[in-house]
Amino acid sequence: MSALLEVERLEVDFGGKVAAVRGTSFTVERGETHCLVGESGCGKSVTALSIMDLLARGARRRAQRLSFEGNDLRGLSDKAMARLRGNEMAMIFQEPMTSLNPAYTVGSQMTEGLRRHRKVSQREATDRAADLLARVGITAPGLRLGQFPHQLSGGLRQRVMIAMALMCEPKLLIADEPTTALDVTVQAQILRLLATLQRDLGLGLLLITHDLGIVARIATRVSVMYAGEVVESAATADLFANPKHPYTQGLLRCVPVPGKIQRDQPLGSIPGTVPRIGPGFEGCAFRERCGFADETCAHAVPRHNAGGTHDFLCRLPA
Amino acid sequence: MLQFIVRRLIVALLVAATVMVLAFILTRLSGDLATSIAGPGATAGDIVAIRKAYGLDRPVIVQFFDWVGRALTGDLGDSYFFKTRVASLIGERMPVTLTLGMTGLTIALLVSLPLGILAAVREGTGFDRAVQLVTVIGQAMPSFWLGLILMIVFGLQLGWLPTSGVDTWDGYIMPGVVLAFSSIPALTRLTRAGMIQAMASDYIRTARAKGLSRASILLKHALRNAAIPIVAIAAVQLGFMLGGSIVIEQVFALHGVGFLAWESIQKNDFPVVQSVVMVLAVIYVALTMVADLMNAVLDPRLRAG
Amino acid sequence: MSTAATVAGPKRGWRNAGTWIGAIIVGAAAFCALFAPLLVPHDPFAQDLGKRLLVPFWMEGTDPQHLLGTDQLGRDYLARLIYGCRISMTIGVTVSIVSGLIGITMGILGGFMGGRVDDAVLFAITTRLSLPVVLVALAVVGLLGSSMTLLVLTLGLLLWDRFAVVARSTTMQVRNLDFVSAAWCAGCSRFRILTREVLPNIASHLVVVATLEIALAILLEAALSFLGLGVPPPLPSWGLMISEAKDYMFFSPWVIMIPGVALFVLVLGINLLGDGLRDAFGTRER
Repeated sequence: MSALLEVERLEVDFGGKVAAVRGTSFTVERGETHCLVGESGCGKSVTALSIMDLLARGARRRAQRLSFEGNDLRGLSDKAMARLRGNEMAMIFQEPMTSLNPAYTVGSQMTEGLRRHRKVSQREATDRAADLLARVGITAPGLRLGQFPHQLSGGLRQRVMIAMALMCEPKLLIADEPTTALDVTVQAQILRLLATLQRDLGLGLLLITHDLGIVARIATRVSVMYAGEVVESAATADLFANPKHPYTQGLLRCVPVPGKIQRDQPLGSIPGTVPRIGPGFEGCAFRERCGFADETCAHAVPRHNAGGTHDFLCRLPA
Repeated sequence: MLQFIVRRLIVALLVAATVMVLAFILTRLSGDLATSIAGPGATAGDIVAIRKAYGLDRPVIVQFFDWVGRALTGDLGDSYFFKTRVASLIGERMPVTLTLGMTGLTIALLVSLPLGILAAVREGTGFDRAVQLVTVIGQAMPSFWLGLILMIVFGLQLGWLPTSGVDTWDGYIMPGVVLAFSSIPALTRLTRAGMIQAMASDYIRTARAKGLSRASILLKHALRNAAIPIVAIAAVQLGFMLGGSIVIEQVFALHGVGFLAWESIQKNDFPVVQSVVMVLAVIYVALTMVADLMNAVLDPRLRAG
Repeated sequence: MSTAATVAGPKRGWRNAGTWIGAIIVGAAAFCALFAPLLVPHDPFAQDLGKRLLVPFWMEGTDPQHLLGTDQLGRDYLARLIYGCRISMTIGVTVSIVSGLIGITMGILGGFMGGRVDDAVLFAITTRLSLPVVLVALAVVGLLGSSMTLLVLTLGLLLWDRFAVVARSTTMQVRNLDFVSAAWCAGCSRFRILTREVLPNIASHLVVVATLEIALAILLEAALSFLGLGVPPPLPSWGLMISEAKDYMFFSPWVIMIPGVALFVLVLGINLLGDGLRDAFGTRER
């Protein structure tokens, strides 16, 4: 059986000027949590949006392979894609405050997707919405269904977004930094909720984040993105135990991992920022910020295997 | 919400009162009204008699409050020229102007909304540029001249529509189109800008992520939010149309309130002039209030506040 | 960011062409207005009843002496058109000076002082907007008799609302910026802050409003003159020319086409220039 989501050499550029995603490849299996990590601006969100075909106008998507349950998504018409979206694959976003339409009630926004994809009555749809609201930990769901988004806090809105995404029992849920805009205490609650739901419903979860603490706790697999490409991909335990790419190593040094970090030892940091890369760029995009870089990094870099499903993109051998 | 309505009402009443003062002052600007009513051939005795008959011999302040007091009971005085009650005169002519205004607004919305929406959806394309060109042209079009041109083309050369009067319903078409023309640029630009803003918002991305149809995304989710300012401006535009219909009514010889005002100005019939100014201003104020209330209905955030 | 740039690319070029066309039209109109007496081939007021309603140059049987033909009284149409341009431009500019002085003063005071003053300014704007402009202007001119001065004052007193609205909102934005606070701290007087700090920073918005108001004033003057209560005859206002020629339009449509097209082109030019300035200043209409 084919994997839930397969992405191979995905490329996205904006009007041929900026290459936001440059040959990203990864696979999400059924029922696993796959984390895409990296700094802001490294193309994580664009990758997620391009899978859902939600990119803004002016953006172009190309891929060698982009398939969902073995079905090619590339040539799909707008209509066919809309039949999958919100139905088989759903997505939640970074900004819960603005992601709900201010003009409609929570109930109306939750039920309209289900009513489009399934032949159900408004009554049944409302019942399911109430069930899901209860499931994502919202008390008095009946009351919330009749309320407007501005009457809800950010944490509540994100819970509503999650419940809304689950309305049609999707097989794949893409969560694009779902906790970044929330208070720290609420962040933990939402993450726990996502992890629980993923396990209970057997969701394939593609979680985009820049928080390695989150990754360590809930990911099955991790792909580290840098400047539009996956530089290292491994099972979570392998990646944390044996990071291969200098960028991954740098990232891990920036995070206090319990048990791994000594008292009084300063946290690391990676100097510089993610460069903007135009088309036709060659070599390793990290070389400007890398302590191991030499002149060979300006040429095509090989992908090495570090055993099992652990691979990385660097001139340095495993 | 109630507080908001009360506040708006108070402002509306104050505006109406100020307009009454202005309308009153306006008609006293020309100096001695009795002289102008009496006409050029009148003797000094005639003028004194007229002054007495019309109550113009009383202090101005008394005249003002007398007028206000009567106006509040619906008595707008008598027309000097038409020799009849001003209120009934305006009542007779108002349906023509209101029909014209509504026709104009309907045509304007029927043109502006689709144009604005399509231009927003195809932002940056040739169609979008063509729509913007149309709005620029519409803004520069002198309405009375456009009326004359339409008259020549559709009235005389093609003979499709009557050139004047509203004896039949199709008499409203050309004046309505001309009136609509003045509002189409503003409404189209607003629709386009509102739709572009709405379409770029996060909740539209959510709607797309739910797999909704294009029509539902555009009309249910985007237009609903873009419509909030459009409703406000549409009401204001209707007010401007009613006020501006004086030119169109003249061109097409429609005997509405605007035409009445024009005749009265020519005849120095000041009770009619001040009453028309006041009635139009009150209608405008009422329309803006209606627009505010409709906004509150459309925007749940306002309702709560 | 990059998407916006690619989308705006071709549009900017097209917009630019519009700005240039607008600038050329306004420049030509200003030239005609300034040098009207030197440009006209004939006296615009001289009647010649033997040469009534001569056709313009593109029609059969034209008189080479009168390029754009003559009106119902045998007056040269080209000469009247050029003088009409002078009238339109004069009215447009003077009306927006009058209305600008009123509106900008009110707007800045309201936006800067806030509180009661701002309430009063808002109330004045609301009241002004509720008055039907054409009707009030007609009534004033009708009751007091028509003259250019009266017309300019009347329109100026009626068209200040947009100046006030824009001046008020932009002043509010500028008021809270750091350099104004710095001026406060430096002990500058209120008047000095208003004229030296606030006004220069909102000027670009006001210039854009001014172009819109000039265009509006020109259209309104034409409408009032068309209704016979604007510029008094025999002055060749374009609106008055259309009004006087109206009786002949079914047989000689060009008599209303020529002044109408001139009016349309001038207003179009001013609007295009205004749009261009708005884009150049990066300001938005409020």
